Parts: sequence; structure tokens; C-alpha cells
Amino acid sequence: MDPSPESEPAGLEQVDSTTWRCHGRWTVDGLGRLTRELGLRTFPGAGKLVLQGGGVQAMDTAGAWLLRSLLERLDAQGRQVETEGFPEHHMDLLARLDELAEPAAPAPPKPLRGVYRIGKASLDVLQELFELLSFAGETFVCLLRALARPWRIRWKAVLADMETAGMRALGIVGLLSFLMGVVIAYQGAVQLRAYGANIYVADLVGLSMLRELSPLLAAIIVAGRTGSAYTAQIGTMQVTEEVAALRTIGISPFEVLVLPKVISLCLALPLLTVFADVMGVLGGMVMAKLQLGLGFVPFLDRLNEAVGLRSFLLGLGKAPVFALIVVLIGCFQGFKVSGSAASVGHHTTLSVVQSIFLVIVADAWFSVMFSWLNI
Amino acid sequence: MNAADTVLELRQVQTRFDAFVVHENLDLDVRRGEVLALVGGSGSGKTTLLQEMIMLHRPSAGHIRMLGVDVLRAGERERQALRRRFGVLFQHGALFSSLTLLQNIGVPLREHTDFDPAFIDQLAYLKLRQVGLPAEAAHRYPAELSGGMIKRAGLARAMALDPELLFLDEPTSGLDPASADGFDALLLQLKQWLGLTVVMITHDPDSLWQVADRVAVLGDKRIVAAGPMVELADVEHPAVRQYFEGARAGRARTDKG
Repeated sequence: MDPSPESEPAGLEQVDSTTWRCHGRWTVDGLGRLTRELGLRTFPGAGKLVLQGGGVQAMDTAGAWLLRSLLERLDAQGRQVETEGFPEHHMDLLARLDELAEPAAPAPPKPLRGVYRIGKASLDVLQELFELLSFAGETFVCLLRALARPWRIRWKAVLADMETAGMRALGIVGLLSFLMGVVIAYQGAVQLRAYGANIYVADLVGLSMLRELSPLLAAIIVAGRTGSAYTAQIGTMQVTEEVAALRTIGISPFEVLVLPKVISLCLALPLLTVFADVMGVLGGMVMAKLQLGLGFVPFLDRLNEAVGLRSFLLGLGKAPVFALIVVLIGCFQGFKVSGSAASVGHHTTLSVVQSIFLVIVADAWFSVMFSWLNI
Repeated sequence: MNAADTVLELRQVQTRFDAFVVHENLDLDVRRGEVLALVGGSGSGKTTLLQEMIMLHRPSAGHIRMLGVDVLRAGERERQALRRRFGVLFQHGALFSSLTLLQNIGVPLREHTDFDPAFIDQLAYLKLRQVGLPAEAAHRYPAELSGGMIKRAGLARAMALDPELLFLDEPTSGLDPASADGFDALLLQLKQWLGLTVVMITHDPDSLWQVADRVAVLGDKRIVAAGPMVELADVEHPAVRQYFEGARAGRARTDKG
């Protein structure tokens, strides 16, 4: 079966008015051109027709299939085809295809169109929302039960989680909030200098960082960094049936997988937020000194007056809510993973997108609530 | 036996992971048209040997000649051409989970031929039917199928290009006895139809007795014996004995008789 030097691609040529000759390698690597040409070929005349197969050097399933479709086509045109000179094993191959070709291949399922698609997508969203709510409910029930028996909580897992989700994120959260403080102070400095209101840069940086940006920034970083890891971890455990194993041993996956994450992130994210506050103000302070010549001491004095404890606490109070969103979405998407590697990737993406989206929605909701309540 | 009848030839193959020697002076011949079973205890290096044959792992020293090509010294073009001439069924099927069965089977065809998509789908469907899968399975995803169906589909993908040589890694492991018997029967049938040469790793005594023409036993870092099961019965090496002693081996042997 080695392609010998004189081997040639598959071909079909007319010998005389009723005879055609097949030659060359009727195999996957010899057929390419013929598969495209054969549809265009015509076989002039009517009635009897002879196909010679003596020149065929090799034939595999692909070649036999092509020959079979040719014979079927001629048959449909009402020609009587006689094959001659094909080796016996080629004819065997041809005969076997008949049983394989029945029943014909089913058509692939049609993709949904237009209105159906919109309807299906809306139902899916509603369904997922409902599932998320029941997941959140189940988590809270589990949390309450655990708080009644705190010794059952896996504190070791909580601590390990706090280290990976909290402590290891200090660098990136610190750097980004420092830069954010720098940017705000720089943008503000240009405006404030025009009015000689240099000192108010402390109000600007302090209020915006403490009330809004630090909690948001920390939550978004944690969503990308930790929420995705939660989804991938639980998702992979789902694929390898580890979650199912936990269930059969009688361990609630909520208790082992979700609860420690809820507790640890609800503690870690507020701490990260405080750190982000500090670094953001530091960034603003450095920039105020460089751009406006405002010293650290007057800056901090003004900060103390302008930004009360209330603003700090309002910002900090959002952090546990953001943490809950990130953990719930991360774990929820992890449990939704089914079967395949592709599914892990899909749900990890969903987890990050949804948790960042919901964190920002929640932040907006907080702003509206705070302004209604006049705080 | 002349050289043309040997499709795969391993000579003096040596495999080392740092100081750990897996194979030493290993010789093995696979003849055209036979089913060769490769057996050996856990950790004897069966899987490594298979990976060396299918060019996924490079032995530390030695010669491997497949279908007339010196595998270890050939250029990348030659090796790429060689990859079209053998198929591999991995232990867990290794189907691409984001593709349907029909698309999975079509992957080698899409990669290596310039057929149009409709023709590829037809060929893939033929292969699907050839391994005994129902027509409805064509558009299902691997995650929706049973282990036996996944193995069959993996076999169909391995055979997509009508290879001369087929490597199977524990084809019947993880299958229930009925599915395993079905798979064995399928293998015999395909071998008869297509004149395939098959190299398979297996632990299944039934497969050894029913399917394999010859059995090569890996032990002491080399092939300690190779031959039909009936001949191996007289070999005294402990790596060989374990396939003849014990209840499972006994049952398979009685079935054969």
C-alpha cells in the first residue's frame, strides 16, 4: 500500500463511447481532485455503460464511497452500469457500504431562529435567575445551620481561602488603588488649581476612594481573580465526579465547598477594601504633594475634616455584599458545569462576567439607596 | 518472514527518565495483518512504549521503524505523512468534547484531505456506522454518551483515514462484559474487512484469548516473550505466568476451549 513512484491520483477517463476506465489511487490521499470533478462529469449516451476497474491501484472506504455514489447517480439516470476488472476485495468493500449507508444520516438539529431564539434565551435567563436564587437560599440555610454549630465549620479551609483570596491579592489591589488615587488627584489638581482650591484635593480623593472606588475596585479584582478560580475548581470537581462522591459519602458540598468560601471572602474583601482605601489615599497624597505642593500633614488634616467615619463605614459596608455576590456566582456557575472541559471554560467566563456585572449593579443600587436615605 | 511483512520494528529501544530505566534493549516486531496485544504489570512501561510507537515520546536510544520509515531519524514532513497512516484510540476515547460525534470523526479528514465538507460528513457517517454506532448518535456530544459508545466513536475517529496500523490503549477497560465482547467482535470484524494491523495494550484475558494473534509480554524492562497465547502457556517467566494463573485468566481460557 506504499505510494509507489508510479502511483497517481485517482482518475476516471473515457475509453470509448460506452466505456470508462477508473485508474490511480482511490484512497483518501489520492481522491481530492476527483471528488470535486466527478459532480461536473457527464456520461453522454443512454443505456448500457461499462466501468473498468483494472487500473485502480488502491481503494479504501473513501474511494469505495465515491464509486458507490457514482453508480447510484448513473442508476438514477436510468443507465445500466456494468463493472469489470475491479479486484474482488474492492467489490466486497463496495457491497459492505450498502449495509452501512442505511439508514441515511439524520439531519443535524436546526439552530433556533428569530423569535424562538429570543424566547428561548429569555426563558433560560429566567430559569438561571431562579436557580441562582434557590442556590443563594440554600447557602443561607446552610450558613445558619453552621452558625448554630460553629465547630462543624471547616476553619482550616476558611483560613487557607483567606490566604489565597485575601493576602495574595494585596499586591495587585494595593497597586491598582494607589494608581487610582494618583489619577483622581492628578485630574482634580488641574481643575482645583485654577480656583486656588488646592486643599480640596483631599476631599476629592478621600470621598471618591473611600465611598465608591475602593470597594468597587477590590470587588472587581477579587471577582476576576478568585471568583473564576472558585468556578474552575468546583467545575472540575463536578467533571471528575468529586462533587458526586462528596454527596454519596454524606458530606454536603455546600458545607465543604461553599461555606468556607462565603465566610473567608466576607472577611477578606472588607479587609482588602480598607487596604485599598489606605493605598488610594496614599496615591492621592503623593500626587497632591508633587502637583499642588500640598504637604502630607495639611492633606491628612483636611481628610480628617472632610471625610467622616460615616463615609468610611458606608464604603466598607458594601464589601461583604460584594463578597457574597462574587462567592455565590462563582460557586453557582461551578455547580452548573456539566461533563466537558469546554463547559468549565464557558462557566468560568460566565462567572466573571456575571459577578462583575452584579457588583456594579449592586453598587448603583447602594448609591440610590444612600441618597434616598440622605446618608 | 521477510522485511515487507513487518510493519513496525523496534530494536534495542532504551527509555530512561533521569536515572530511572524503563526499557532496556527492547526488541519487538509487529507483522502485517496481525493483532498484537501488549501486556505487562502496572508500571512496566506499556503506555510509554505505546507513546514511543505513536511518536508522542522519544526513546533515549534505539531504532523504531514504522511502515518502512525510520521514525526517530525522519524529518518532520515524513513524520507528518506517517501520522496519516496510523490511528490511535486513547484509553478514555479522548473525543473533543466541544464537537459532535460526526465532527469528531471528521477531524482527521478535515485536517489531512481537501474533500468538501459534505463528502467528509458522509465518510464520517460511514465510519460511525462501521463501528456499530446508531445513526441517532451522529449529532450527539461525547458528554451525552456511554463509555462504550465513546470508545467506539474513538475507534471510528482513529480509522477515519483508513489507516494501515491501529494502536489501541486498553480498548475494553471500563466496559461491561457485554460491551467488551461486542468491542472484541467488532475489532475482529474490522481486521478481517480492512486488513488492519492492530497493536493494543490490554489487561482483559478475554481479549487476549479471543482477539490477539500474538501477545507480547513486557517485564524486566524488555519483551520477555512474544507469541500466541497457547505458546506462552509454557513460558516460565513470572510476568507471563500471571496471565495464566488466577481465576480470571482461567475463565477466559475455558471459554476459548
